[in-house]
Amino acid sequence: MSELFFQYLMAGLTYGMIYAVVGIGFNIIYNATGVINFAQGEFAMLGGMIAVSLVGAVPLPVAIAGAVLATMAIGALIEIAFFRWLSGPSVLRMIVITIGLSILIREAALLVWGQQVRALPYFTGDEVASLSIGGARMSPQVLWTVGTCGAMVVLVTGFFRWTTAGKQMRACASNRVAASLCGLPTRNLVTLSFVLSAGMGALAGCVVSPITYTQYNVGTGLAIKGFTVAILGGLGSSLAAVAAGLVLGQLEAFSVSLLPSAYKDSVSIAVLLAILFVRPTGFFAARVAYRP
Amino acid sequence: MAVAVAAQLLAVYSGKAFLLTQLTMSAYYTLAVIALSLLMGHAGQISLGHAGFFAVGGYTSAVLTTLDLSPRRNEEIVGVLARVGVLVERAELYGGQVLVVHPWVAFLCAVALSVTLAFAVGIPVMKLKGHYLAMATLGVGTIIFSVALGTTWLGAADGISGVPAFPLLRNLGVAGGASERVANYYVAFGLLALGMLLLLNLVQSRTGRALRAIHGAEDAASAMGIDVASLKLRTFVLSAALAAVAGVFLTHLNGGIGPSEASIMKSVKYVAIVAVGGMGSLWGTLGTSLALSFFSLRGWFGAFDDAVFGLILVAVMLFAPDGVLTLLPARAAASRSRRTRAAPAPEGDGGYELPVALAGQRPGEEGR
Amino acid sequence: MHMKTFRVLALAAAMIAAPRALAEEPIKIGALLAVSGPAAFLGAPEARTLQMLVDETNARGGIQGRKVQLVLKDTGASPEKAISFAKQLIEEEKVFAIIGPATSGETMAIKRLVEEGKTIMLSCAAAEVIVQPVAPHVFKTAQKDSHAAIKIFQQMREMKISRVGLLTSNTGFGKAGKEQIEKLAPDYGIRIVASEVYDKAATDLTAEVTKMKAAKVEAIVNWSIEPAQAIAIKNIRQLGLTIPVFQSHGFGNVEYAKAAGAAAEGVIFPAGRLHVADLLPKTNPQRAVLVAYRTGYESRFSEDASGFGGYAHDAFRILAAAIEQAGGPDRERVRAAIENMKGFVGASGVFNFSPADHNGLGLDAFELLTVKNGRFVPLSR
Repeated sequence: MSELFFQYLMAGLTYGMIYAVVGIGFNIIYNATGVINFAQGEFAMLGGMIAVSLVGAVPLPVAIAGAVLATMAIGALIEIAFFRWLSGPSVLRMIVITIGLSILIREAALLVWGQQVRALPYFTGDEVASLSIGGARMSPQVLWTVGTCGAMVVLVTGFFRWTTAGKQMRACASNRVAASLCGLPTRNLVTLSFVLSAGMGALAGCVVSPITYTQYNVGTGLAIKGFTVAILGGLGSSLAAVAAGLVLGQLEAFSVSLLPSAYKDSVSIAVLLAILFVRPTGFFAARVAYRP
Repeated sequence: MAVAVAAQLLAVYSGKAFLLTQLTMSAYYTLAVIALSLLMGHAGQISLGHAGFFAVGGYTSAVLTTLDLSPRRNEEIVGVLARVGVLVERAELYGGQVLVVHPWVAFLCAVALSVTLAFAVGIPVMKLKGHYLAMATLGVGTIIFSVALGTTWLGAADGISGVPAFPLLRNLGVAGGASERVANYYVAFGLLALGMLLLLNLVQSRTGRALRAIHGAEDAASAMGIDVASLKLRTFVLSAALAAVAGVFLTHLNGGIGPSEASIMKSVKYVAIVAVGGMGSLWGTLGTSLALSFFSLRGWFGAFDDAVFGLILVAVMLFAPDGVLTLLPARAAASRSRRTRAAPAPEGDGGYELPVALAGQRPGEEGR
Repeated sequence: MHMKTFRVLALAAAMIAAPRALAEEPIKIGALLAVSGPAAFLGAPEARTLQMLVDETNARGGIQGRKVQLVLKDTGASPEKAISFAKQLIEEEKVFAIIGPATSGETMAIKRLVEEGKTIMLSCAAAEVIVQPVAPHVFKTAQKDSHAAIKIFQQMREMKISRVGLLTSNTGFGKAGKEQIEKLAPDYGIRIVASEVYDKAATDLTAEVTKMKAAKVEAIVNWSIEPAQAIAIKNIRQLGLTIPVFQSHGFGNVEYAKAAGAAAEGVIFPAGRLHVADLLPKTNPQRAVLVAYRTGYESRFSEDASGFGGYAHDAFRILAAAIEQAGGPDRERVRAAIENMKGFVGASGVFNFSPADHNGLGLDAFELLTVKNGRFVPLSR
C-alpha cells in the first residue's frame, strides 16, 4: 500500500506545483498595487501558446525565452493602456476590468490560434518517460516544474526583499501618495510589476504545458486554482503560495482515493471557502485581526 | 411597462412576432440581473456566483416536475401528497402518465431552497470584503455548478429536459410553444415589472437609504445604528430569491435546464451587465440586460459573443464606471461630481483602494 | 431615348426577368452547430463539411433543380442558444430541415421543440436518447455508443481481459459512454472494478490512474473527447502501466494522437473508416465515398478530415437523397423517405433506417483501429 501512498503523493505534488507556479504571479501585482489580476491565468496561456508557435523555428530554450519576453511586453502594454491613467478606481471596478480583460485576451487567442490543443515538447524525455521515486512514478516534467517554482520563489522573494526596485514597489503599495512624495516613480513601478507578473505567468505556462496541454481557454481554470492557492497561503507571499499549493495538491490527490474524482474540484473550492470563512488572511499569515 | 407593450405591438404588426421569443427569454434573465444589481449596486456586495441561485431555482423545479413518483404510488406519503393535490398526474412527452409534483408546489420549494441556501452561505460570506468576497461567491457558484454537472440524478452534463408547462390560469401556461408566444411575453414582462416595482420601492425606502449608507462607508453606517450584517444578509437572500424565481420560469419556458446556466461564465456575464448598466441604477441595468441578452440570443454577435461582452465590459469600466447611462451629458456631470466629492479611502493612499478583508495581510508584505 | 427603343428594351428586360420570377425558391436548410466554443472540434469540421457539400450541390444545379440555401447558426455548444436559434430557424426562417446540433445536450434541449414544429432534424450528436424514444422527425447520423462499447468488449474478450478500469469525462459524451459500458460489460464477462469521472478541463489525471492501478485492472477504457483523452493515456504510461488502453470513438482525430505522442502507440479504439479509407479494399462500398470526402475536404480546407465532419456529411447526403426520392421538399414525404431508407452508404457507415430505428447504423459501422507510428491503422487480427 505504501507504493500507492507515494503515488498519490507524487500526483499531489504534480497538481500542487501547477497551481503554485501560477499563484506566484498573482502576488507580484498584488504587492505593488493591492489589485488581484483575474487575467493572470491568461499570461500563462499566452506564454504557452507563443512558445509553441516559436518552437517550430527555434530551439526550445529560445522559444521559451521569447515567449516570456513577448508576454512581458504584452503585460506592459496592458498596464499602460488600461490601468495607468485610471484615478482611484474602486476594488469592484478593478475586479470587473481584469475579468473583462481576461475574456478579451482569451477571445483574441482563439482568433489567433484557433481552438486546437497544443503542447510544448517535454523538456527532457517524452510523453511516456517516467522516473521512479520510492516506488512511485512520475514524469520528469514534474521535476522541472518543481525546479522552476523554486527558482521563481527565490527570485521573487529576493526581488522584493533586497533590490531597490522591489522595496520601492512595496512602498508604493503601502502608501502610494507618500511613495510618490518621496520621489518614487510610482507609475513605472506599477508597470514593472505587471511586466514581472506577466513574465512569471508565461514561464509557468511554458513549464506546465507538456503536462496539461495549452489551449486558448486554459487560462481560466489555471487562474482560479492559482488564485485559490495564493489566498490560501496568504496574499502577498510567494513562499506561502507554494506551501499552500503543496497542501492543496495533496488534498486533491488524496481526495480521489476516497471520493469519486468527479468531486475533486469541489474539494479545493470547499477548502477555499472554509479558509475564507475562518481565516481569510490565509494559512501562513503572520497576523490575524478581526474587524467586529 | 408601456415600452414593453409598445414593443410587442410593433413586433406583431411588423410580422416579426418571433422576436418575442428572445425578448421573453431576455426578460427572465433580466429579472435575475436586476436582483444582482440591488446587491452589487446598492449594497455594494459583489457576487460572482449569482447564476448559481438562478440554477438552484431552475433545477429544483425541473427535478420536482419531472421525477416520476408513480412507481412509488403505494407508499403512504406518496398517497397522501397525491390526495392533497401536491402531486399531479400529467401526460409525458412520449405518451404515458407520470406522477410528479405540481408546478406551483415545485415553485415554492425552489424559492425556499434558494432562500435557505442564501442564508446558509450568506452569513459567513457577507463578512468578507473586496477580493475575498468575490472569491467566496465565485467559490459558491463553482460548487453549485460542480454539483449540477457531477450529479447523475440532476442529469449531469445533459441537464434535465422534458419540463412541462407552468400553469398560471385556466388556459395560460408558461411554455415555449409558438402559439403561446404572446401570452408568455406578457407574463415575462409582467413578472419583470413586478420585480422592478419591488426593487424600486425598496431602494427608495428607508431600507434603500440604509443600503446606500452601507455601500458608502460601512463603519459610519454601523455607528449610526444600522444593523449592517443583517441588512446585507437580507439583501443577499432577496436577490437570490428573485434569481431563483427567474430560474424557475425560464426553465419551464425552455422546457429544460442544463449546467451551463450555473456556469461561472454566466455569473460573470451577469456582473458585466450590472457594471455596464450602472451599479446604482436599476433602470440602466434593466435596459442593458434586455439589450445584451436579446442580441446574444439572436446571435447578432455570432462567434464573438464572449469577446463582445468582454469588450463592452472593459470599455464601460474604463470610460464610464458608473454605468452606461452616465454617457448622457446630464448624468455625466452628476457622476463626476459624485466621484470627486467622495473622499479618498481612509488609508489615504490615493492610488488603488486596498482590498482589506479583515485587517491583516496588507500588500507590500512580500519578503517580510 | 426613342420610345420604340424603350419599349423593346422593356420587353427584353421583362423576358429576361420572367423566367427568373418563375425560377423555384431555394431549399432552406438550417444548421445549428457549435462552430466556436468548447465543442468546436465537433462543430467546426461539421460546418465546413456542410459548406463544402452545399457548394458542390449548387454547382451541380441543386436538388431537383432548386438551389440549396444554408442557414448556419453558431451555438457555441450553449443549450439556451440552441433553443433560441432553433426557434428562429423554425418560426422565422422556416427552414425545411435542421442539421445538427453537434452535442447531445443541445439536441435534447431542442428535441421536443423541433418535433412540435414538425421540422426534420438530423442530429450529429451521439446520445442514444436522441432517437430513443423515437420522435418521428428526429434522426441522428452518429454511430451508437452502445456499438462502440460492444466493439471494445468483443476485442477484450478475445484478449481474455476481465477486470477493467473506466475513466470518463463529465461531459454528455462521457456520461453516455459510461452508461453503455456499465450496462453491457456483464454480457461479455467483464467487470468494471474501478470507475472514475473527471472534469473535462482536468490538467492531470495521475491520481485517478493511480486508483486504477490500485484496483489491479487488466485494461483501461477512457471515454472522453477533449484533450483529457490524451492526458489520460500519457498519465497511464507515465505511471508504468503497460496494460492495453482503449479509447472511445472520440479519439478519432489525429490531432489527439499527435498530442499524446509516444503514449498513443498501441491504443485501441472503434472508429468509422474515414482515417483508413485508402487502406480499405476496393470492394468496400464505403471506400469511394470516404476517399471523395477526404480529398475534397483536405484540398479545400488544408486540414485533416475528421470522423466528426463525416456526421454532417452523411446528414446532408441523406437529406438530399430523401428529397430527390420524395420528388421535392414535402415534409411528410421526405420524412418517410428517410425513415425507410436502406443501404445508404455514408462516411460513418451504411445506414438502414426504419420507423423504430432513426439512427440506422449497425455494429459494422465501426472498425477497430490502433495507432502505429503516429498513424491510424486498422487493428490486425
